Parts: sequence; structure tokens; C-alpha cells
Amino acid sequence: MRFIPALVLAGAALLAWAGVASAQEVVESLRGNNPITATSRTDNMFRPEKDQDLIPRNFQKQPPLIPHSIKGYNITQNFNKCMDCHSKERAEETGATKVAKSHYLDREDKKLTNISPRRYFCLQCHVPQFDAKPLVENTYKPAAKKGE
Amino acid sequence: MMSLQKFMPAWVKRVGLFTVVALFLAGVIFWGGFNWALEATNKEEFCISCHEMKDNVFKEYQNTIHYTNRTGVRATCPDCHVPKEWGPKMIRKIQASNEVWHKLLGSVDTPEKFNAKRHELAQHEWDRMKKNDSQECRNCHRYDYMDYTEQGNRAAKMHPKAFEEGKTCIDCHKGIAHQLPQIDQHIGKQNEGALEISHGDKVEAKVEEKK
Repeated sequence: MRFIPALVLAGAALLAWAGVASAQEVVESLRGNNPITATSRTDNMFRPEKDQDLIPRNFQKQPPLIPHSIKGYNITQNFNKCMDCHSKERAEETGATKVAKSHYLDREDKKLTNISPRRYFCLQCHVPQFDAKPLVENTYKPAAKKGE
Repeated sequence: MMSLQKFMPAWVKRVGLFTVVALFLAGVIFWGGFNWALEATNKEEFCISCHEMKDNVFKEYQNTIHYTNRTGVRATCPDCHVPKEWGPKMIRKIQASNEVWHKLLGSVDTPEKFNAKRHELAQHEWDRMKKNDSQECRNCHRYDYMDYTEQGNRAAKMHPKAFEEGKTCIDCHKGIAHQLPQIDQHIGKQNEGALEISHGDKVEAKVEEKK
């Protein structure tokens, strides 16, 4: 019976070692383990996806994803390519989703007559859809919707 | 020689067969040389060497699909900016000498000077493309051979609609190879004095007038 604490200790040590070993599993970035100076691999990088149906939102007020390719679309000081179709004035003709009303509020929630300048860079919130496998497991659950 | 002379027209006999052959060869060499020289001025390197573009519009073009793409089929400067047909090509080449003159004057030799004139320069090209129904685009991109099933959702939807309305490529596809000048977009920033671009609305209006 004197051996039991020793066994427990040994078991605990073994478990701890296993824990350390699993903690050492590194999450690989898209570049792999390439040093910064080396050319990254090109075989499995993300490519712009073809137009597809919109992936539903995961939670309320999530910025909708972009269901089309945005290759070569520039947002410069002179011109905002997204707004060429999505602005209020152009949306009807182009059939694009209109910019949401929330984009007309400044940070004090005061309504502006025009889109707030802080919303100028669309890609800060809206990103194109990719078939991207999560690098780590995600257990996020959205809050229940109203009435659920 | 005597037997050949029977077949020669009178005027050939007068100037002599040798002169005729020599003139013909001179013609071939002159015409070939002229075309060679003209083609030499249509090379990408030649364009960059003189026109004020190496550090601005050429740099911008390098990010676009007409410079680099999957298959390596490219549209270089003259493919869009110089007509392929002989007559319009000559006219454009003569007009381009004005650009050489302004290169010497240094009219747009800094980015600031260039951007200040970007409106005007862009408008010239848009007007030219509009006038010739975007001929330079259509040299490669033929409406009739477009397979809408291969196009993206938006392209497949908009292209037939636009063609029906009588629009031409440049009505929608502005700023695809170079950056746009400041455009009057109602999107939350001060852009007074910015250029208003048409999306081909004017053509649509004209078509309706005709009806």
C-alpha cells in the first residue's frame, strides 16, 4: 500500500509529460514553417473563389461576407470600387446589396446624410468567402435569436 | 531576252526591266522598313522610354490582369492605346507626337503634376474609346463569343443587359488598367471638384430618344 502514492506520482508525471508534448504541437501558419526570408509555398494558398451563394451569417449583425471575387478591386483615395455598385445611388441599377443604414451613423450614433467616413474601407469588416478550414477548433455559439 | 520582251508592257520597255525590278524591291524594302519602324514604336519598352508613364500609369498597370495573369496572355500599352487599323493608327501616332512635345516641356513630369491632369488625360481616352465603340477592347473581347455560363454571376447578368442598352465596354470598365482620377462618388467624403463619370447613362438616354 505504500506504493500507491508513488504510483499516483508516476502516473501524474506521465500525464504531465503527455500534456507538455501535446502543448508543443504547433499551429502551422499558411506559410508553413518557412522562414520569413524564404519563398512561401504556393501549392495550397488561398485563391479567390468563384462567385457563389452567400454563406449565412453566424450571428446577428455580423458583417455579411462577400459572395463574389474582388480580384483587382481597389479602394483608393480617389475611388471606392465597392461603392460603385453598393452605394445607395447605384445599388438599384446594379442589383447589389445596399449599404446598411448603420453605415450612416457616426461614432456618437448621430445620423449623417452620407456614409460615415469610418466605413470607407469595406474590407475591414466584409471579407470574401473562402473554403478556409479552421486552424484550430472553434466552439463559438451565437446567442439565441429573439423568440428562441 | 527577246522572248520575254513580247510579254512586257510598253512602259516597262521604256524604263527597262532592271529599273522596274529595282523599284519594286526598293518599294518592298521601304514599306517593310516603315512598318518595322512603326512596330518598333509600338513596343512596351519604347512607350515607357519616352511618355511620362514609367513611375505612374505603368506602375499602376503592373497590378492589373492585363499585365500579369494565369496564362500569360497580355495586353500591353499599344493593344489598348493604339488602334490596329492603318488609318486610325496613323492619326493616333501623329497625335502622340504632341505627348512627346509635352515630355520635353515636362508638363506632367512629377506625380503631383500628373495627378492634377489625370482627369483630363483619362477623359481623353474615355472619349476616344466611347467614340470607336471600345474597338481596342473588342479586338480581343468579342461580345458575340462571350460564354455567359463561364462568367461570374454579376458579369453574366450585367453584360447582356448592357449590350441591349447599347452600352460599350468603357461605359462600365473605367479604371481597369490605371488608377482613376478623383471620382464624384456620394460616399461620405469631401470630393468637391471631382470628376463625374457616366456609367453609360447618356447612351441609354439617346437610345430612348430614337424610339
